[in-house]
Formats: sequence, C-alpha cells, structure tokens
Amino acid sequence: MTRVAIVGLGFVPAQRKTPQYSYREMTYRAARQAYEDAGISPKEVDCFITCAEDLHEGTSIFDEYTPDQLGAVHKPMHTVTHDGLVGLACAWMAIESGAAELVVIEAHSKASNILTLDDLTTYAMDPALTRPFSLSPHFVAGLEMNAFLTQSENTEEACAAAVVLNRLRAGKNPAAAYGGETTVAQVLRSKPLSAPLKEAEKSPTADGAVVAVVASQERARRLKGRPIWIEGISWISDSPSLESREWGQAFYAQEAAAGAFRMAQITDPLREVDLFEVDDTYAYKELQHLEAIGLYERGKAGRAVLDAAQGPKDFPVNLSGGCLGRGDLLEAKGLYQIVELVLQLRGEAGKRQRACARRGFALSWRGVPTTSGAAAVLSKN
Amino acid sequence: MTEVAQNVKWIGENWKKEEVLHGKVFTFSDRPQARYAWDTGEAIGRYLAGFKQGKILGVRCRGCQRIMVPPRIFCELCFRDISEWVTLKETGRIRTFSVCYVTWDMKRIRKPQIPAVIEIDGASEGMGILHLVEAPRGDKPWERLRAGTRVQAVWKPKGLRRGAVTDIRFWRVLTGNANAGH
Ligand SMILES: [Zn+2]
Repeated sequence: MTRVAIVGLGFVPAQRKTPQYSYREMTYRAARQAYEDAGISPKEVDCFITCAEDLHEGTSIFDEYTPDQLGAVHKPMHTVTHDGLVGLACAWMAIESGAAELVVIEAHSKASNILTLDDLTTYAMDPALTRPFSLSPHFVAGLEMNAFLTQSENTEEACAAAVVLNRLRAGKNPAAAYGGETTVAQVLRSKPLSAPLKEAEKSPTADGAVVAVVASQERARRLKGRPIWIEGISWISDSPSLESREWGQAFYAQEAAAGAFRMAQITDPLREVDLFEVDDTYAYKELQHLEAIGLYERGKAGRAVLDAAQGPKDFPVNLSGGCLGRGDLLEAKGLYQIVELVLQLRGEAGKRQRACARRGFALSWRGVPTTSGAAAVLSKN
Repeated sequence: MTEVAQNVKWIGENWKKEEVLHGKVFTFSDRPQARYAWDTGEAIGRYLAGFKQGKILGVRCRGCQRIMVPPRIFCELCFRDISEWVTLKETGRIRTFSVCYVTWDMKRIRKPQIPAVIEIDGASEGMGILHLVEAPRGDKPWERLRAGTRVQAVWKPKGLRRGAVTDIRFWRVLTGNANAGH
C-alpha cells in the first residue's frame, strides 16, 4: 500500500451568508487556493470528487454542475452524495487502487440559500412510517438525546457546556461564523426544540467551501507542500430504522473510529492522538461521540466537557469551535474538520494552535435522521 | 414465482382509479416544500443587471482570449480570474433549435415554443445563450429556420424588465438575411 497525503488545502471561512458569490464562485476561490497551496495545476489532477446533495443545491443531477469551478472540464469527475469525509475516503481509494496519483475533493454549503432546510430534512424520513406525523426533523435528535442522557447518566448541563466551550473556541477561529460568549444557564434557558434538546444546542447553518488535493506518496514527494498523511480512514452506516436503531450509543461512530484507529495502528487514542474534531451538530452529539470513539468511558464525557468549559484545561476536542461554533456546513462538515486538523498539524492554526500537534482525528456525522459517520486519522509524519 | 404471488396486485400495477379513491388500496401522499433563494454571485448578478438595462454583457478571458457569454469571473478552461467585461450586440445566429410541442409538465400545446442556442454577435464562436425564438407564421415553422439564421433580441418594455433572462421576450428572425454572414 502506498501512503496517501493531503498536499493542498483551500477554503472559504464559514459565514452566515455569502451573497457576494455563487456556489461556483465560492468553490473556485477555494480551489485556486488549494492548487496554489499544493503547487499544482488542475490539468495535472487525475480525478475530481464533489460531495453534494441535490436537494441542498436545489438542482437535480447536481453532478453535472461541478467541473467548471474545479478546473475539471474534460476530466474524470464524480459526485458522492455524502459527507466530505467520505469524499476523502473515495480519494484515498482511488489512489490506493492505483487508478490515480492526484485527486481533488470538494464540498460546499450554501445553506443560506435554502429557505426550507427543515422540510428537506423531513424528506429524509420514511414516507409511510414517519412522515405522516408531520414532525420537525429535530425530533430524531430529541429522541436520541433523551436515550443517551438516560443510558449514560450524562447531564443536560454538560451538553449545554459543549455549546459554551465551542462558541468560545470559535472566537479564536477566523474560519468560524458563530464565535461568542454564552453561559450554561443561557443555553439551558433557550427554548426547547424537541425536549430535552434546546434551540441553542443545535448548530446554526453556515456557508462555505473546502477543496483538498490528495496525492500518493510518490506524487507528494515531487510537490512543494508539506504533506499531511492519511493514516486511517473508515466510514460506517447503521440501519436507518427509527423503530429499532441503537438509540443511546452512536454505533456508527464507534465502528468508524475503531476502523480508522486500527488502520493507523493506534491502541490508545487519548495518548497517541493530539487533537480531535468530533461532530457536534447537536451539543449532546459531542459527548455521545466522545464516548463512542472510546475517548471517555460511558457517562464520563460530560464531566470532561463541563471542566473544560469552566476554565483553562487541556481538552483538545473541537479546537476549531466545532459545528456549534463554526456553523453546520451540510456536506462540507467533515472537510472543515479536515481543515482544522491540517492547519493544526502544519502549525498554522494561529491563536488556537496546539503545541506539538503531530496527529489528529476527525469524526463526522451526516446529521438527522442518519446513522452514518466517517472517521479519519491524519498525521504530520 | 408462487401461485399466491401471482394473484397479488401491487400498487402501481393494474389498479383502477376507483379502487384507489374508495380506499381499497392504502395510499399516502406528500407535497415537497423545496424553496430556495440562490445567490447569483458576481458574474450572473451583473449579467442579469445588464438585462434590466437592455444590455447583453460578456467577459473576455486574457488566457484563451475567448469572449464569453453568459459571463463568468473565472475561465473554466484556463482556470484563471476574469475581470474584463464587454457589451455584446443584441443580434446573433441560431446554432441549433427545436420546435417544442409540449410544455415543461408535458402538456400538448398548439403554438410551439422554439428553444434555441443563439450565438451572440461579438462573442467567440460557439458562445451562445439559450433562449426562445419567436415562431414564424405557418404550419411548419421549422421550415423557415436553419442553423445560421440571423435573429435579433426583442426586449420587454423597460418598466417590465426585472433583471431576468426573460427580460428578452424572444428572438425574432431578421427578415431578408436568413443566412447572412455565411
Ligand atoms: Zn480562458
């Protein structure tokens, strides 16, 4: 097996709205930056991958609209209807298989352009069994949060603390849209969305675009940039059934993380990995995911988050501010996690730089009502 | 296939409308709420603003020298920024067309729509915009149209223009010079 590396990265900072450019223009900016970063021309690229969902774009067969802004005209190009981390996995496979040496992946969000996002998410529910109840899609998160808190004995305060912590951290991240100060009490007082889930515990959406250039070891050696190696990558889907899924624990996260750690030959993540970006689309998800990936025992993640929110404490989780602080970037969520890891591992994370960051981990989740997640381990060496 | 399976009727298979209406078949229906407000961005935003003023705007790429319409702020072939804007003519020639007797939702219509790609005068060869050509009189309007037929934009009155491609009502065949320029 060849080693595979991220050799170039470009992104637009997450923003609440982006009326200044179309999705094409926004993605083009990220692509230009990524190619400059890698020191390549798109003409050298063997294949291009976009991660996008037609209903989010408002264009069916959106695949056809992806080549221009990446410089992919007359090139192999395909779309993956999944989170960006799965796109990274596809790039990795294309290179491992020997079909490509240099692959470009892209994901973006124009969430601000979607006037009926919750309705579209409702469309992810089963038409015969679930949609007739006309529920907000966040009820799925409400059900899960309730089961998770009951089973794990984590508290609502600890979930609220994740909001406080991640918004605070986002304040140090110029690429985050929702940095700011809030308190556990304020979060707990915010309106119930689907109790026990509260409004402030749901990540607000943001716009943005990420483009990454991925290369084989051989190809990476001939490029100017400092490669960040993909040591482990894995993605898992559980059964989608709402009726009989494992409600309390995130099995997909457990298995995706286990796969990525196994591949990277990591046995003790807390000691062998320096920073973690784990999905926090809803605040309780951060706790649930931290326990699922094995960083904390069941019921212990909440204490760690509460402690970290109360003062300076070494808690290298979601240094970027996560989805709660950066914004929910739809299919681009996972690639924004990759942005944070790559910046940290390169030592380019500015005010939030973690000292001696050598290895990072990302876990993305596709959002309600899914039970699909992907995990990656990236390394500087 | 078992005998039982052969005797079962499935939804979508030979059911009569009455059987559905009278509840012999369980049904459920749903109506999508998919609404968007797309950002046009710089290129298409300026292009549409031009329509409101009665102008067709294009851009020139300094790499390949193509003059392009609809405009874009990057060249998809050279992969570089574009910042040079040009005003194009409101005449052009038909590159290809079709005479369409069904609407978007597949209803038959008597007076056909004629979608066409129109290469705009002043833009590079092969650069066209998709629009509608006014149907020439007669039973067989296609007999008066050819690839290469010259056409001119017919604009809506200024007060009715709203910055949309439909600010041009349609393209009218220029009389007497159907194949001019060849
Ligand atoms: Zn060009």
